[in-house]
Amino acid sequence: MRCSGTLPWENRAVSSEIGPRERAAALAGRAAGVLARRAGRGGGTALPGLVAGRLAPRLLERAASTLEHGVLCVSGTNGKTTTTHLLTAIAAGAGLDPLTNGSGSNLERGLLAAFVEAGGRAGALDGAGRVGLLEVDEAVLPLLLPRLRPRVVVLLNLFRDQLDRYGEVDSVAGGWRRMLAEAERPPTLVLNADDPAVAMLAEEVEGRPGARVIRFGVEAPSGAAAGGAAPRAVAGGAVDARFCRCGARLAHDTLLLGHLGAWRCPSCGRARPAPEVEAGAVVLTAAGASFELRARLSGAGLQRARVELQLAGLHSVYNALAAAAGALALGVSPLAAAHALAGARPAFGRQEAFAVEGREVRLLLAKNPTGLSEVVRTLTAEAPAGEDAPAPADAPALHLLLALNDGVQDGRDTSWIYDAELEALAGRVAHLVASGLRADDMALRLLLARVRSDLVEPQLETALDAALAATPAGGSLSVVATYTAMLVLREELARRAGRAHYWERDGDAEAAAGAGAGAAAARDERR
Amino acid sequence: MSAAPDGRAAAGLPAVRVVSLYPDVMDVYADGGNLIALAARCRRRGIELECIDVSLGDALPAAADLVLIGGGQDREQTRVAPELAAHGARLRAWRDEGVAMLAVCGGYQLFGRDYRTSAGVELPGAAVFDVTTVAPAPGEPRHVGEVLAHCALPEGGELAGFENHAGRSYLGPGARPFARVERGRGNNGEDGTEGALAAEAIGTYLHGPLLPRHPALADRLLAAALRHRYGEGAPPLEPLADPYAAAAHRVAARVARKRGVPPP
Repeated sequence: MRCSGTLPWENRAVSSEIGPRERAAALAGRAAGVLARRAGRGGGTALPGLVAGRLAPRLLERAASTLEHGVLCVSGTNGKTTTTHLLTAIAAGAGLDPLTNGSGSNLERGLLAAFVEAGGRAGALDGAGRVGLLEVDEAVLPLLLPRLRPRVVVLLNLFRDQLDRYGEVDSVAGGWRRMLAEAERPPTLVLNADDPAVAMLAEEVEGRPGARVIRFGVEAPSGAAAGGAAPRAVAGGAVDARFCRCGARLAHDTLLLGHLGAWRCPSCGRARPAPEVEAGAVVLTAAGASFELRARLSGAGLQRARVELQLAGLHSVYNALAAAAGALALGVSPLAAAHALAGARPAFGRQEAFAVEGREVRLLLAKNPTGLSEVVRTLTAEAPAGEDAPAPADAPALHLLLALNDGVQDGRDTSWIYDAELEALAGRVAHLVASGLRADDMALRLLLARVRSDLVEPQLETALDAALAATPAGGSLSVVATYTAMLVLREELARRAGRAHYWERDGDAEAAAGAGAGAAAARDERR
Repeated sequence: MSAAPDGRAAAGLPAVRVVSLYPDVMDVYADGGNLIALAARCRRRGIELECIDVSLGDALPAAADLVLIGGGQDREQTRVAPELAAHGARLRAWRDEGVAMLAVCGGYQLFGRDYRTSAGVELPGAAVFDVTTVAPAPGEPRHVGEVLAHCALPEGGELAGFENHAGRSYLGPGARPFARVERGRGNNGEDGTEGALAAEAIGTYLHGPLLPRHPALADRLLAAALRHRYGEGAPPLEPLADPYAAAAHRVAARVARKRGVPPP
């Protein structure tokens, strides 16, 4: 990518400073990761970054500056890993060479580890031909933005999450506002039009030289869709985004997911902006989702492409839409994005499927109220739309394992399970095992939602045994887990499914992108 | 609601009137779980729970047997504060008639006498509790973490929960502490007290939420609410089996002993 003048993401001032120190640090970090894995200490996603960062404190900014096609950051409460994963598939399919922190390790050490791993055995930090696709923790983003100098920032949503760690939702939004106001040259912003706190961030860059904003959003549903369920407006309040910047209370014409939807301020007139990238005609099924991707970018007219996702749930539609919008910001066409999305498989621990002992096991990460509510909504997707309508007699009864841990990465405080809408599970469960360090808290919450646990077993492997034994051969088991419980269960499921460790799955994204391109090619031939 | 137990059909179901204050605003910390626990206990006993939500701009209903308010974000609390102060006289009258109340975190602060901001401005509260809350000096940390406390009420016993608040609360002579902390900061991190009591009103910083893991405390509030409604003729609360609550508490207490900060 060669242009006259300096592009915002070009930061040649430091790019020449990759020296022996940085290379040595990268090699040392890599060696630490290899040793950790040999010692059986798991994926070692943090250690290589910790070691390398300690040896070369400015490694992150220097390594980022070598990336020829710049850096794109993805942040927000929910969907970071999946969106980054989908973006990686799109970018790879479009011939960009992505460098990404695919395991979801999204603090400085995780980003460093991604660079260290990409450096290979030679410790080369050469970003020729490469684009950095990095998910970044929402609270850490303001600190890392000036160092990563991204050309694009994709901001997904802001929900309440781990209040013990992040403080209030408002304080994360405030950090983002200051970050953008203080940015020397603002990056291209890809913003969720349906989340008022995120959409209003456009005001921070409007009118500034070089500012560019691309908004994405889901069209409000109009009646039932054929062959599946249309997303239905959710009941309940817009709990995490109530007030406009002007101080007035926001009104919502439609709520699609948590507080995401068609919002407006009756007082100052701010409202959901018309998104440049929109998902229309959304169809949700138990196994996947599809939508029409519509892009109206300046100078390109309206472009449409049907997207078929192997990921279920409206949250997956939002993630895919964000990935497509991010890819458009990088210059990828909507059609190419749609093709790549069709072949993309779930990201690490997010709706991943495993074949274990003749059962299909689906692993679903849920670590905050909106995430857990959305998982429940997806699992019960076959239920009729009305709140009071009874489930049909042939509605599949669910086999479930729900695992609640209370580590720092899970949220030490388990209160949040009371903000999730678990009541929808009542009457839909064939067998349920509550597990994790706080298994009893989960069983208690479920009981108050009129959902009985067949077993309460804190030990995750034992709980998995019992859940598998209770699932009929050929049936499917849904495993819903908080972050650290997910890591343990995923390892166990991968082992039982005879699958490689995730850190040995290099080239996964490329393989997925290849499959997507293949599927697209097959479709084209049929036309 | 399930059918009434025998003998009450003629008189209709016993019912408690619950007023949930600003549930759509002061709901950031799952304190709605307290209402979920109370509703489940009523349902199992055939007690009707009539819940009235009061939000910004709404008037208080004429009567209540039980009042609930949870925690909110700072910005939202500043909007609720003046309305709650305006409702103060009615809320204090309810307190004096023995209406059961549970005010958590931000709701507890706003149920206090006043709140002094870091700029020294005194914002009046509903004054249900003789409690003053002071914003921390700049640079002072929020009080975030596990709490283990010993309740002053016989129904409370050992309490485990999670606190997350910036303000420091100090009890005046008209308030008794709800509990004493063994781990965690409690009201202010200085005097070892946690929360406040006034008649049948409970103020506390404990999330968890509080009532699901402490069913006896939930029943104390329900009994007080029924007494307020029916006087001496209030129906007794049938004992309920509470699977999981005790075990969940034991784990939470163990975690709090391990991770909670010891008091000064």
